[in-house]
Amino acid sequence: MTETHAAAAIAAETGPPLLETKALSIDFGGLHALNQLTFEVREGEIVSVIGPNGAGKTTLFNAITATVEASAGDIVFEGRSLLGLDPNQVTSRGIARTFQNVRLFANMSVLENVMVSQHCRTKQHAFGALLYTKAFRREEAEIRQRAEKILSFFGTRLVGYRMDQPAFTLSYANRRRLEIARAMATQPKLILLDEPVAGMNPVESAELTGLVGRLRDEWGFAIVVIEHDMGVVKEVSDRVVVLDHGEKIAEGDYAAVASDPEVIEAYLGKGTGEK
Amino acid sequence: MTDTASPLVPGEAKALLAPPRPALSHDWRRIVRIGSIAALGQAFIALSNMPVRLDERLIVKPVLSLGYLVLLFLPLAVGYRQGHQTVREGVPVFRPGLNEVVGGFSCGLIAGGGLAVLAVLLANFDLREPLVNWSPILLDLLAFGNQAWFAAVIWLAIGAGMGTVGGVLRLLGPTSRRAVVTMAIAVAGAAVLESLVVDLAEGMGLEALTDRLYDRRGGVNWNSALGLAGVCGILAVAGRGRLRQARSRHAELQGAKRTQANAGLMALAAATLIVLPLFAGKLTNELLANVGLFVLLALGLNVVVGLAGILDLGYVAFFAVGSYSTAVLTAATSPRIAPEMPWLVALIVVVIITGLAGLFIGAPVIRMRGDYLAIVTLGFGEIIRLLFLSDWLSGWFGGSQGITMIPAADIFGLTEVSGTDPRRVFYLVLVFCALAIYVSWRLERSRMGRAWMAVREDETVAEAMGINTVNVKLLAFVVGAVLGSFSGAIFAAKVGSVFPASFLILVSIVILVVVIFGGMGNIVGVIAGAAVLIGVLGGPKQPGLLIEFSEFKLLIYGALLIWMMLARPEGLMPSVRRTRELHQQEMAQDAWLRGEVDDDGGGNRPAGPPVATQS
Ligand SMILES: Nc1ncnc2c1ncn2[C@@H]1O[C@H](COP(=O)(O)OP(=O)(O)OP(=O)(O)O)[C@@H](O)[C@H]1O
Ligand SMILES: [Mg+2]
Repeated sequence: MTETHAAAAIAAETGPPLLETKALSIDFGGLHALNQLTFEVREGEIVSVIGPNGAGKTTLFNAITATVEASAGDIVFEGRSLLGLDPNQVTSRGIARTFQNVRLFANMSVLENVMVSQHCRTKQHAFGALLYTKAFRREEAEIRQRAEKILSFFGTRLVGYRMDQPAFTLSYANRRRLEIARAMATQPKLILLDEPVAGMNPVESAELTGLVGRLRDEWGFAIVVIEHDMGVVKEVSDRVVVLDHGEKIAEGDYAAVASDPEVIEAYLGKGTGEK
Repeated sequence: MTDTASPLVPGEAKALLAPPRPALSHDWRRIVRIGSIAALGQAFIALSNMPVRLDERLIVKPVLSLGYLVLLFLPLAVGYRQGHQTVREGVPVFRPGLNEVVGGFSCGLIAGGGLAVLAVLLANFDLREPLVNWSPILLDLLAFGNQAWFAAVIWLAIGAGMGTVGGVLRLLGPTSRRAVVTMAIAVAGAAVLESLVVDLAEGMGLEALTDRLYDRRGGVNWNSALGLAGVCGILAVAGRGRLRQARSRHAELQGAKRTQANAGLMALAAATLIVLPLFAGKLTNELLANVGLFVLLALGLNVVVGLAGILDLGYVAFFAVGSYSTAVLTAATSPRIAPEMPWLVALIVVVIITGLAGLFIGAPVIRMRGDYLAIVTLGFGEIIRLLFLSDWLSGWFGGSQGITMIPAADIFGLTEVSGTDPRRVFYLVLVFCALAIYVSWRLERSRMGRAWMAVREDETVAEAMGINTVNVKLLAFVVGAVLGSFSGAIFAAKVGSVFPASFLILVSIVILVVVIFGGMGNIVGVIAGAAVLIGVLGGPKQPGLLIEFSEFKLLIYGALLIWMMLARPEGLMPSVRRTRELHQQEMAQDAWLRGEVDDDGGGNRPAGPPVATQS
């Protein structure tokens, strides 16, 4: 694991920025949720975003995925601005996300959750379905195969009989896994994970940490992960970005960031230090 | 105790069975409350004039008319209801006994008291001013032609009697209860379906049978009613469990076998529907055609409401656009342009026009969500009707005069379909229903159908997963519009004229009630809903089998809708998915109680109720 990390880190240093925010500001009324944030992700990189509660981490994800509108600044993905796009257009450009408070399509089956998330990568329209054309059937089979392949990435947990169960019957950890599977199904270049191990026990969270690394190594995604668990952050990240009050107060590898006096103060000063 | 329902129905945790309660250990406040509600209901029903109007229609000759039936129903229902015990985990359920009978008696007595008091008031006061149905005729009906005191006594007695019967029903085991219910349904069904059965029997040359079953002046004969009930009761006991077995066997079928079974069932249904009208007379065929038109409308609305989850209260707009454009394109008397196209050619243009109308109405509306969307669609439904009515466009659509003398629909020169031969109309409707079923069925199982589901579940997340929600919802709107336009085109050719008054908001509401009643999102349910509601009660302007109900149709529709929403929001024949959506929390809880939580091995996480995932 460490070897591939090192290799990827070297690639990350030299590759072009995949995603850049340029002096990005988000205001909610008078509240500056993000203030002049400049931040970048390179291809094949795993970046952790940490910071106390309310620092603006989720808001950063929301801004990138066009769920909230930027007040100032720019967001550039693969050299083109994302501003003014709808969320679904951002997803088709190649950015997928998970939600902090797990939001699955609870009454759709596990398989359907993953199938429907391939919507923007498939194109058969209503007429194909009505005429039941060969192209339609082929695409349906492909969608299904891809979904099964993605689900089998998580071992035996989400396959077999469980594929046809409604998503709300899943355990908490499996719901988080299914959210990641759904993000993978949109065939992104960049995945944004919002607290993927929150609420998991140590065994599960260690396993998911490994999975994040495999996501990059086996599937080639660049990954931004918001995380409170410092153990996980240390394990997965090539680079760590620290936010506080909407501003970037530190950036660098884990060791450097963890010993940064400003970071320590931000955490201790707020009284919500690392657990 | 409780019905052993399918595992999808919540609240079936096995409960402890305790011995019966003592006869008088009631929560009397509850008894009084339930009884009083029924008493008020009784008085309301009486004052709505239903009993007087429906007294004409005999159910069982000579003892029971529909008018009296509506008055007997409530005491029976509350008598049964009061014995209901909520099954909760760990709380014992008492075996029903004398307690339930006494409770039923008390509830029924209070319910009957409503009518007793009403009778006395009727005799002594004149409130005809606000209450138009406050009349001696009503008193006469309540008193069976005697004095008011007789009415008071007899209704107390009848109420108590019916309530007791309701309570006794609680004592019956599942088999005998099923037998009783089957018997009641059989007799009521025979009475309701009288004109249909008589008509079909005539067509098949079986008059001898129906002459025996029904009285010449309507209603099932007393003797035949007993006979029928007996036969059906025996059948119910003998066939106990068979139906369920067959159904579960069907549910277990997999793959090709299942497809075969379904195809078989469908062929059977299709054959029945094709053969049946051949034996039916004009009136029955008219009824079938009307039901078919509403099935078609309901199937269209089902795509919008049931599949995509867009609550469209203005669906009549597309029915209207379909009808009017057919009228303009085919009728020689159309005021402005009269291309006099053949019906089939016009239909192609109509589909395009309605599709565009769907786009134009949908585009501004679809960006809204939930309640706002419902209100705005309601508005658009009215706007379309008012446009057809307006002076501004009367040069095109004839204003309130409408467009008349619409020619019959010519089908490839083979036949001409018009209102004078409802059988042909029915066959035409049947073809389009088949088309609508095919369309909904295919789309539901496609990429679009899945996207609709996702939008219904959580629009924000659907959008974040790359679904263009606006396009996807617009497609549902347009598909619904086009399906509605088929119905409109057939309607225009059938009736031969279109007026703005045919497209009241009421039509939208009735179609929506049909969809909800049948079971949103389930094709079979929607068809069954339309058949039962439109067939028995009738459409907004079309009479059903119970013609006597026409005046009270809206009251009944309203009451049904409220009851449905409270008791069974997923509809008569729910789609599995809808049931899940509506009962998700309860089912998750139940699964947890049964220890069936999906535990994924890796964890020593303490068990707990699953977290709701929708924020
Ligand atoms: N839609 C919104 N409208 C108004 N204020 C918002 C909105 N979304 C977020 N905020 C505010 O912006 C600030 C940043 O919130 P954000 O959710 O980004 O924090 P976070 O870093 O993700 O915190 P946590 O660790 O608790 O998830 C908070 O003060 C929050 O109340
Ligand atoms: Mg957050």
